Amino acid sequence: MNLTNLFKIAFKALSNNKMRCFLTMLGIIIGVASVITMLAIGQGSKESIRAQISEMGSNMIMIMPGADMRGGVRQSAEDMQTLKMADYEAIRSKCDHVVGVSPNVSSSGQYVNGNNNYPSSINGVTSDYLDIRRLTVADGNVFTDRDVKSAAKVCIIGQTIVDELFPGGDSPIGKVIRFDKLPLTVVGVLEAKGYNSMGQDQDDIVLAPYTTVMKRVLAIDYIQGIICSATSEEYTDVAIDEITDVLRSNHKLKASDDDDFRIHSQQELSNMLSSTSDMMTTLLACIAGISLLVGGIGIMNIMYVSVTERTREIGLRMSIGARGIDILSQFLIESVIISITGGIIGIIMGCTAAFVVKGILNWPIAIQGYSVILSFFVCTLTGVFFGWYPAKKASNLDPIEALRYE
Amino acid sequence: MADKKEIIRLENIRRYFKVGNEEVHALRGVSFSIRDGEFVTIMGTSGSGKSTLLNLLGCLDTPTSGEYYLDGVAVRTMGKNDRARLRNRKIGFVFQNYNLLPKTTALENVELPLLYNSNVSARERERRAIEALEQVGLHDRMYHKSNQMSGGQQQRVAIARALVNNPVLILADEATGNLDTRTSYSILVLFQKLHRMGRTIIFVTHNPDLSQFSSRNIVLRDGKIVSDEVNTNIRSAQEVFDSLPPEED
Repeated sequence: MNLTNLFKIAFKALSNNKMRCFLTMLGIIIGVASVITMLAIGQGSKESIRAQISEMGSNMIMIMPGADMRGGVRQSAEDMQTLKMADYEAIRSKCDHVVGVSPNVSSSGQYVNGNNNYPSSINGVTSDYLDIRRLTVADGNVFTDRDVKSAAKVCIIGQTIVDELFPGGDSPIGKVIRFDKLPLTVVGVLEAKGYNSMGQDQDDIVLAPYTTVMKRVLAIDYIQGIICSATSEEYTDVAIDEITDVLRSNHKLKASDDDDFRIHSQQELSNMLSSTSDMMTTLLACIAGISLLVGGIGIMNIMYVSVTERTREIGLRMSIGARGIDILSQFLIESVIISITGGIIGIIMGCTAAFVVKGILNWPIAIQGYSVILSFFVCTLTGVFFGWYPAKKASNLDPIEALRYE
Repeated sequence: MADKKEIIRLENIRRYFKVGNEEVHALRGVSFSIRDGEFVTIMGTSGSGKSTLLNLLGCLDTPTSGEYYLDGVAVRTMGKNDRARLRNRKIGFVFQNYNLLPKTTALENVELPLLYNSNVSARERERRAIEALEQVGLHDRMYHKSNQMSGGQQQRVAIARALVNNPVLILADEATGNLDTRTSYSILVLFQKLHRMGRTIIFVTHNPDLSQFSSRNIVLRDGKIVSDEVNTNIRSAQEVFDSLPPEED
């Protein structure tokens, strides 16, 4: 008995029952299509989060004051004063794997320009901040080092601030806006970045020299945080170690003391976000996998019924010389044909559905090569696995009994 | 006659079945041999053991004791797969209810046994199937599906299917049982024609009338042979068929 003949027999048997064959396939089609679509959506959102994070600067490191206890009461980060300008200077001069450093002090308040006003915050930074956060000036200039030294009343504003304060459309460069009572001259406008994956408006931003914010707005001599960037993403951990050493020696901490600062890297955020979306992807894949399983059980069910229904045919085939293995192969091939055909249709439909989701809902999608290959193999396995039992049952029939079956 | 090759030899065949705690003796020592070119009817009422004998002759079953040689091969000790192969090469079955594959053309139905024989190429398979259909007079209905044919035509397809592997033995089980008188005789005519062409045919039936058309008649009762007679005066089924009143509408 050669394979070509077996396939011929199986095809013939399937084509005699097209409708049933199609309905059985439907389970597999839906299962595979949903696996592929779900994974494409899950992976797409993960990749878009990754892309946004790296746009924000994947090598970014944030240092915040921390673990400051006053009489056993832990203080909020705003009130902690463990980070000083000396720390900033030390990181800038001593850390080899840190390229850009900027202090970060911020305050919130109301911006006013003529009739328009808008609540936002002000960030006191150095010009390094723009490189660290991958911000670029679309119009005008960055404030200079001299501006920083002299605590000049200048600022760079994001697109949202432009839209809110200059609704008329005239250029804000050179105009003076007020932050609460402090007049600031706009020297530059940042390129628009849109919303990030957490829904924050990245254009709702005002940058000013940190000296201006420290002296003229907050009147403080400590800094609220330091933001810096490692030479590259993979050196982030090295840079963090260097910063930790520098800060600990600057703060004269003993080996037994806890750090009085906290360091966050963008990597942590990235890991956290991608683990969240991984979980979602897994969940979606599980749901889709269950539907594939149900599809497989559908095959088993139909094949089982088919074996009972075709008992006489099996008896006849045996009486004219089909061996048990021939019958087994025939039914197995039938179920594998159903599952593979269903799988292929499912893959096509899954990809189509993913593109439809992309087109209509504008969700980011990424069709996974591995999910296509995997679902194809799962389909084949499903066919063999769920086809095996009915096929075995068919091949074990006694030809005498089977021929007499009514 | 005696110089012809022995196709079948049964030596004291016994077949017992266990039904619950009781042992049913379906065949209690059956011995006979059939030579090439014989047309044998095996007769018996229900319970006589003729179905059991048919299953044994068709290699679908093996005897509890005794030896069965088909074309010189001992069947009793053969495994399931070897017997399947033997059926495929040496036996052609014709059933009472035709057992054709539904929604399948006559040609494909006839090709079926050859599909299980990997020595036969696709071209050879088709050629032999067409040849077999010509022998049963259905060459103009090759592409008709089995459910578009009358009972008689279906039985002819089944006979063609039994012929296609060029078997040493054609085994018919009540082959005319489901047909009206007229069609029954037309099928008998066909069997007689095949007999004249030199085919060995065993026709199992409960209908005593059929014995006059075969060359030999074996009667079974309670698992034993009660008579085994050669029929020298074979009646022509064609004559009977011609004498039947034409079909009324």
